[in-house]
Amino acid sequence: MSAATETESKSPSTGMRLGKVLWDQYSVIFAFVVLVALAAVLNEHFLDIGNITNVLRQVSIVGILSLGMTFVIILGGIDLSVGSVLAFSGTVIMAAQVTYELPIWLSIVLGLVAGALLGIINGFVITYGKITAFIATLAMMTIARSLALYYADAGAISGFDSSYSKIGNEYMAGIPIPVLIFGGIFILSYVVLEKTVFGRHIYAVGGNTQAARLSAISVFKVTILSYVICGITAAIGAVIETSRLNSISTSSSGHMYELDAIAAVIIGGTSLSGGRGRIVGTLFGVLILGVLSNIMNLLNISPYLQGVVKGLIIIAAVLLQKRD
Amino acid sequence: MILEMKGISKAFYGVKALQDVAFDLRKGEVHALVGENGAGKSTLMKILAGIHAPDEGEIVLGGKPVAIGSPHQSQKLGISIIHQELNLIPHMSVAENLFLGREQTIAGLFSNKKGMVSQTKHLLDQFGLKLNPNELIARLSIGERQIVEIAKALSMDAEILIMDEPTAVLEEREANQLFELIRRFKRQGVSIVYISHRLHELKGICDRITILRDGRHVTTTELDGLSEREIANLMVGRELKEMYPVHSGEIGEELLKVEGLTRSPHFEDVDFHVRRGEIVGFAGLIGAGRTELMRTLFGDWKAERGSVYWKGETVRIRNPEEAVKLGLGFATEDRKGTGLVMEMNLTRNMTLANPAKISRWNLIRSRHESRVVMEKIQEMNIKASSPAAPIKNLSGGNQQKVVIAKWLVSETELFIMDEPTRGIDVGARSEIYNLIVRFAAEGKAVIVVSSELPELLGLCDRIYVMHRGRLKGELSGEEANEQNIMAMATGL
Repeated sequence: MSAATETESKSPSTGMRLGKVLWDQYSVIFAFVVLVALAAVLNEHFLDIGNITNVLRQVSIVGILSLGMTFVIILGGIDLSVGSVLAFSGTVIMAAQVTYELPIWLSIVLGLVAGALLGIINGFVITYGKITAFIATLAMMTIARSLALYYADAGAISGFDSSYSKIGNEYMAGIPIPVLIFGGIFILSYVVLEKTVFGRHIYAVGGNTQAARLSAISVFKVTILSYVICGITAAIGAVIETSRLNSISTSSSGHMYELDAIAAVIIGGTSLSGGRGRIVGTLFGVLILGVLSNIMNLLNISPYLQGVVKGLIIIAAVLLQKRD
Repeated sequence: MILEMKGISKAFYGVKALQDVAFDLRKGEVHALVGENGAGKSTLMKILAGIHAPDEGEIVLGGKPVAIGSPHQSQKLGISIIHQELNLIPHMSVAENLFLGREQTIAGLFSNKKGMVSQTKHLLDQFGLKLNPNELIARLSIGERQIVEIAKALSMDAEILIMDEPTAVLEEREANQLFELIRRFKRQGVSIVYISHRLHELKGICDRITILRDGRHVTTTELDGLSEREIANLMVGRELKEMYPVHSGEIGEELLKVEGLTRSPHFEDVDFHVRRGEIVGFAGLIGAGRTELMRTLFGDWKAERGSVYWKGETVRIRNPEEAVKLGLGFATEDRKGTGLVMEMNLTRNMTLANPAKISRWNLIRSRHESRVVMEKIQEMNIKASSPAAPIKNLSGGNQQKVVIAKWLVSETELFIMDEPTRGIDVGARSEIYNLIVRFAAEGKAVIVVSSELPELLGLCDRIYVMHRGRLKGELSGEEANEQNIMAMATGL
């Protein structure tokens, strides 16, 4: 008998062990199912196709941001700037269309490039400057927002080409396009994090930077790329946000989105200390927040009180997932 | 006799760290405690400091048997330990650090800064310490910080002071100041346990010496009667066991040559070479610069100067990626800190350093990966519930095998192993030795850094000995024995 088998056979029974594994991996899904069942009982209209579609559409922008956020949090970092990056990219997109009269596709490309660029800057400040992610992205949060505000004098830029609004408002195969985009990016994120070498490296750097470096992983590249991904998801969020109203409000677009995204990631079971977490968890974290605010609206609970519930859910989620 | 420890035994997870060890201390005595790494010195002192509880044995303090249940209790009994890594808060002043946790107040509310400063001054004066009580710790040298730590112990009325390798971090001048202090404490009746690897220091300051080996008490005697050579012999006097497989691989061409590699203050002007088929050892005491040398060679740290030749060509290794591309592998000394990602499972840890082998177009081929991993698990006899088992559930020996497997999965030609068998049991040890020998026999090469001399002697074709950042010499064949290595390593 080796020491390894001794330590591993400590748990009382296979049944309990299986239960623990299931709970560790899927507790957020259980929580989601319970919440949906509760919502269905509380309000008969909750399960209407129209309502479900509505929930999904409402969560799609923050959902996309949360997927990018998952990358940097598993990496052991955080990105407080996504809300402002969304506003900045949105401003670039609308300015390209309105002021420079560029074609829609080009404005979108420019918006995505803007998001990626701010992500690169975040990554550089964190790696080269050796500044903690919290502070580096806090600075980016105020800078990106400030630039957007300055450009539009704190006002809104509205587009004139109504075909642009299609992205945010129309359906494909009965599903809102923003939801399809959210789904597509979810699958992509899943593949990158779970199935690629790069994804492994994100987990390794987040889990133990020293060991990752000594295993010949370029911590520098992995970090930069993760923040670029986060920046790009913010820019994709900007595309949907601007397209829904064919307008960007430099003062309110993306405001506080970073906190919702971080909340969804945490509810999804990703550890803020890095190295641990799953993108599937984030998906359900997003859905839990969406269903929660939807059911409270259906029950006519004051929107001002909904923050209390959200806050309690975050605490409960972390307590439930606490291990070791 | 102020302190007596009798029949002390202590085991960690079934491994006996101390067996029936005796130790005593007279009032006003400086008592040297020596032994190889892992001999049990630190464990014994941690028992005295209340950090570990002994499994068996008795501690008698000032004539009364005591049970020391916590570090706090140990302090109350007048025992203070000065750790190698100092526990001071850098942006607070000397006086603030001295009274940390025992701040004096006026009316229970306001900090009595003046009072603390003047008391600190009084204390420092009493022992002839020249320090400004208002100076920030961050502005002090390592030596001065150590003095603050000692003053802190004395301010708590310590009667027994344990110093764990106090001079390891000091320069010559600072060390001499410390010795002067120790003599003064002695005259004032403080008893000191002095742990050190630097045997030449002991003569000037210590009265008696206790030698431990493999967790057992070898002898306690007056220091006067012993030469340094005799102490070294008593420390290591062991026989080689049949643990080491026969290594008779053919030695081939030169794989690595290092010339004048320097990174002060860690190591200076290091020259060595490794040939195919060779197992080359690096001996030395802790702090001799061996680990730092290897990390620099592997590109983790920057060298100040020096040249590295790989297969006869000059190379510059700027980071671990470049090292691995050349064919180097590095199993670090600290499994948990730098070897493994504890959040990840066995499989992922094992394939971390060589993604190319298990992926195509950056996509991981899961089935191929599990085949590669299963092969290694069987080949190396790794015990785990499954290839997906969390790495932290494995025993130390099995974790170490994963660290090594990580580099066997890669195309490693020169395998650097830093303390490959630290803290693992005999069975896993001998398996790792077999692996090392097999690896070298394939025409590759291994560098083994180890603090365990029998291991180096049993495995290596040649052994380099380092002392305080410099290569003191190279031993092989008949010359390579524990006494010669110990003599070089202690700078005799």
